[in-house]
Amino acid sequence: MSAEFVTAFKSRFPMAVDRASADHPAFNLPYDEVVPALRFLRDQWGFELLMDLTAIDGGPGTEPRFTVVYHLLAPNRGATYVRIAAPCAGPEDEPAAPSVVGLWPGANWHERECWDMFGIRFDGHPDLRRILMWDGYPYHPLRKEFPLAGVETDLPVADIQEETGTRVVAAPMAGGPFVASTGEVNLTEAEPRALDQSWSDRRVQPGQTPLRQVKE
Amino acid sequence: MRTPMATDYSFPDNAARAAAAADEFQPEKMSLSMGPSHPSTHGVLRLQMELDGETVTKADPVVGYLHRGDEKIAENMTYNQFVPYTDRLDYLAPLANNMAYAIAVERLAGLEVPPRCQAIRVITAEMARISSHLMGLGAFGLDVGAWTVLLYTLEEREKLYKLFEELTGARFTTSYTRIGGVTRDVPEGWLGRVNAFCDQFLPILEEILRLLTRNKIFMDRTVDVGVISKTDALAYGLTGPNLRGSGVALDLRKDKPYSGYEQYEFDVPVGTTGDCYDRYLVRGEEMRQSVRILRQAIAKFPEGPWYATDARRIFAPPKDKVMTSMEELIQNFMLVTEGPQMPPGEVYFEAENPKGILGFYVVSKGGGVPYRLKIRSPSFCNLSILPKACVGILISDVVAILGSLDFVMGECDR
Repeated sequence: MSAEFVTAFKSRFPMAVDRASADHPAFNLPYDEVVPALRFLRDQWGFELLMDLTAIDGGPGTEPRFTVVYHLLAPNRGATYVRIAAPCAGPEDEPAAPSVVGLWPGANWHERECWDMFGIRFDGHPDLRRILMWDGYPYHPLRKEFPLAGVETDLPVADIQEETGTRVVAAPMAGGPFVASTGEVNLTEAEPRALDQSWSDRRVQPGQTPLRQVKE
Repeated sequence: MRTPMATDYSFPDNAARAAAAADEFQPEKMSLSMGPSHPSTHGVLRLQMELDGETVTKADPVVGYLHRGDEKIAENMTYNQFVPYTDRLDYLAPLANNMAYAIAVERLAGLEVPPRCQAIRVITAEMARISSHLMGLGAFGLDVGAWTVLLYTLEEREKLYKLFEELTGARFTTSYTRIGGVTRDVPEGWLGRVNAFCDQFLPILEEILRLLTRNKIFMDRTVDVGVISKTDALAYGLTGPNLRGSGVALDLRKDKPYSGYEQYEFDVPVGTTGDCYDRYLVRGEEMRQSVRILRQAIAKFPEGPWYATDARRIFAPPKDKVMTSMEELIQNFMLVTEGPQMPPGEVYFEAENPKGILGFYVVSKGGGVPYRLKIRSPSFCNLSILPKACVGILISDVVAILGSLDFVMGECDR
């Protein structure tokens, strides 16, 4: 079945380019062919389940920087998978991708997560809000320039402060509230890591511009 | 402001009276925030609901209270270092998560583990399934008012945890797999004790299920409550017992076997209506099937190595060799400092976990650290149906639906 649908898919979408893959058939598609291609796969070839929707950040300065990846599963055809990848349109700091909520309502939360983590705007999404981070959080944490140790940000408590008149103080980022003081210890420097992640919000990554806050 | 009826002496005309009456019986919608610390939200799920009396008119789940950034963390550590983080995804079935993650990375390396290792993984995963379903069942019973079930299921789960402890050294966070194998072989006589557990478990399982299956109160609370149609279940990406409860016979152990599941005989239970009761029945039957798989796996437990002996750059050499031989010492050192070496490429692997299909999408640019690791967590997808499933029902049914979906927030928020 795998070979059949690959031939049919490629003749229907000549723009599809084979994508290097160690397991399932995979294709690269341009932005505007994503929705028709996914609809074709769902309706003609039984890929009824959108298993996963996520993005890959190629790192600052790469072209294309963000790629959205879809994994579809055809449950009735021997559980075949297909992977569709599409580079995001738009400038580097405002990437955009087409929304597939119209095809699978379940894509709603996946796309919200992608927006939250990478800042990819999904055109046509009915309710593009943050999902894992809180509303008003100023960064997109899964972008490669975001430091592993995190960035100190204001707590989302403006309304609480206003109402109670008390100051809300953040718990220290290391070890939770039971650690007396972390002082100026940079966690990523203190802890051995497999990758160099010694930059943080206080020390700019060499060769990079300081982290930019997102205005919504 | 409405005028109180008692002081309303004049009735201007019928139309105005009707409008006033309509206004009178149109109560204000109440908004209710359920969670993030609420006994029936199983962790830190928060439901922002809009109520009309006792009927839910809108439900907006708020997730992310347990967000730890596992995917970001994964990008910064070697493949083996991430194994303990997988324990904490679905912390009610850590052994199943360990296995799914290990197989995903092994697929990337093009590595096939020996049959004995596969059998160990199948046994641990099925035991994890039983323990997770026991907890799910107990908590579901608790949610709809059946206290006793939890006491029975916890006792059985404890027996399983004793076995886990003997095998892995930990009851809860097992971190049992390594890329290319498991941490250690099964202890002497352990398989016999698993078999003995199965023998005594089946009659108790029947007893537990008998407490609920024909229980009038339980049936009133669950039958035809929270019906999820086949189409909706597929459209929202539901998986596991929740999808099978809606009548879709998708079980990756059957449909796309991994880790040698094709050798075992078992049935895939499927529901008919997709209500809370069906999801309960599916879970109950799955435990019986897991026992079947366990018995078969123990009966034909293969001899041979329990890790991939040919993968020298992926799996650590035996400890006694590390201490005595230079070659193995260097090998072990390289493995610990630089991680198991993977070729560049990308792989997406899904395993049938107790809560649903757990997927790992691993993108590698070579070396010992993943470039990107995405976790497709079943609880996240299963919960995304709540805004649709919770509209127009009573608030007490919301509790039944949450219990029947059997989610874990550690996995949902990652």
